[in-house]
Amino acid sequence: MTVLSYLKALNRAIADEMQRDPAVCVFGEDVRAAVTNVTAGLVKRFGDARVLDMPISEQAFTGIATGAAMSGMRPLIEYQIPALLFLAFEQIVNQAHKFSLMTGGQVSVPVTYLIPSSGSRDGWAGQHSDHPYSLFAHIGVKTAVPATPADAYGLLATAIRDDDPVVVFAPAGAMGRREDVDLSQLAPVPLGVGRVHRVGTDVTVVAIGHLVQAALEVAEELAETVDVEVFDPRTLHPFDWQGLAESLERTGRLVVIDDSNRSCGIGGEILATAAEEMHLVAPPKRVTRPDGAVLPFAEGLDRALQPTREQLRTAIQAVAKNGGAR
Amino acid sequence: MADPALSGPASPSSQKPDSAALYRTVRLIRRFEERAVELVHDGQIFGGIHPYTGQEAVAAGTCAALRPDDLITSTHRGHGHVLAKGADPARMMAEIAGRTTGLNAGRGGSMHAADFGIGILGANAIVGAAAPIATGAAWAARCAGSDRVVMTYFGDGAVSQGVVLETFNLAALWRAPVVFVCENNGFATTTRTDDAVAGSITGRAEAFGIPAARVDGMDPEAVFAAAGTAIARARRSEGPTLLECVTYRYDAHHTWEHAARPRYRTPEEVDLGRSRDPLEIQGARLPEARRAQIDAEIEAVLEEAVRFALDSPHPDPATALDYLYADGTQARAGVA
Repeated sequence: MTVLSYLKALNRAIADEMQRDPAVCVFGEDVRAAVTNVTAGLVKRFGDARVLDMPISEQAFTGIATGAAMSGMRPLIEYQIPALLFLAFEQIVNQAHKFSLMTGGQVSVPVTYLIPSSGSRDGWAGQHSDHPYSLFAHIGVKTAVPATPADAYGLLATAIRDDDPVVVFAPAGAMGRREDVDLSQLAPVPLGVGRVHRVGTDVTVVAIGHLVQAALEVAEELAETVDVEVFDPRTLHPFDWQGLAESLERTGRLVVIDDSNRSCGIGGEILATAAEEMHLVAPPKRVTRPDGAVLPFAEGLDRALQPTREQLRTAIQAVAKNGGAR
Repeated sequence: MADPALSGPASPSSQKPDSAALYRTVRLIRRFEERAVELVHDGQIFGGIHPYTGQEAVAAGTCAALRPDDLITSTHRGHGHVLAKGADPARMMAEIAGRTTGLNAGRGGSMHAADFGIGILGANAIVGAAAPIATGAAWAARCAGSDRVVMTYFGDGAVSQGVVLETFNLAALWRAPVVFVCENNGFATTTRTDDAVAGSITGRAEAFGIPAARVDGMDPEAVFAAAGTAIARARRSEGPTLLECVTYRYDAHHTWEHAARPRYRTPEEVDLGRSRDPLEIQGARLPEARRAQIDAEIEAVLEEAVRFALDSPHPDPATALDYLYADGTQARAGVA
């Protein structure tokens, strides 16, 4: 077994895919110098024709990736800041995402958009701390938010091989994670297949990205009184509704912890779908950022707007007490 | 200053234009658009179209200078480009009529017509958005060891769109084999070019080291010559060129204008704009009999195109989300 960090897993997935498929190339700002370390070593190994430093022109190079992808390449774009997705939103959702349908299936657009350190990353304030994965799930772009190093490797590899655009959010809160893995067992992880990290009988907690770890810790703290199941959807679009339904068949109770703003966040969609279609014996709850949150700079203010372990603990306890017998 | 080498027909790389073929394309586009407007008014086309009438010399001249394996991207006013690049007029008419036999199986319509099999990477309904897509395709073509060239069309409205200027920068840095064709028809919808563009259109390209020329966009052979020079330059890996083709839109920005009648140009001005008609300029280069023969051929082609389109089936509503994902991923229905 080897200790694999989340960051190294991303790097390894890109390198393995570049080695496997000469059409895979990397676009981004400072990707040769690898200022985020995600692309470390790639230019030395694969050359500057496949690892392209871009000027500060997110709209153009995102559009260029679309054109290149229609013509046989498989670009991966690294955005250093989650909010850069807002600049490139038109090129991703209105161009890359729509070409397959608009052309009657004549073309596919295999581009991967990778955001290392999405969400709050300590002291980066209003314009560098967003976590906009729900926007992409809403619009219908395939969206992955891996929680562990092995899933980071597996979902990024799958995203690169996928024939559609895929956005991969690597939460800042997960980038420091490490786990023991057998490197020979690292493999692509399919989109739309969730993962039960902890089996439980009382309450299903759906946790997204870095919040999976928080949910596991809270579950252990509550183990004496509530048996919590932790369900990680891993991808938000497509979403493993079947996996969630199976978990709720066992528990009948649901709490979602989601680092989105509350209104129209994926947490709301999970609650709505469970309420409409699944087995619930008590009203579900969600723990999210507030409506319309803009993260303020000061540490205490930044933390005040993100979902916390304490909020999750309270929500689990409230849901566990409510409602009838399963 | 515009590059004089690009402005005139005298160029070592210029091919001899096929006057009859150019006339045929201009005539095809003109009559296609006239028939399409009739179908809009008859309610046979859902919504409306952005007629290309008046600008035919640009599509005809530029596409005639391309090789069949070269690529184009088009615009919301794109019927001319798609036809000039060689799309089947019947399947194009079926597309804008929303039928299953259309180029895009009725999923794209007037503003998104595409035919990847013959190098049409799609018409694009966001002004300027195709410029980076074309540049990406050009970069990929070069990566693949091909000498294909990509031609990307946009209007005068696009030259103040940030992504177009960002794309000029990257295309110039990479010497991408792309030709930027700006169709300056005088208006961005209703806003005059002079009210929207500081400096000049060619000056924008020149600021990035991209050679640029103003071209008579009403004369198919002048356009053909300028395009040939730009394409040859791109094919030699010498980088992009901008052609500002000065033209005039005869009809409405969009057929909604036929009912809404916004006032932004006078009838006298439209008459003046129509006084140099590409159809007449190119038609005058042919013997009368030849011209009449081509006209008759085009009428037959369009008669068949309209018949084909209107006889073709409408798509089954149950297939409305087909093609959303390349791998067939199914989206949830709107009601559980």
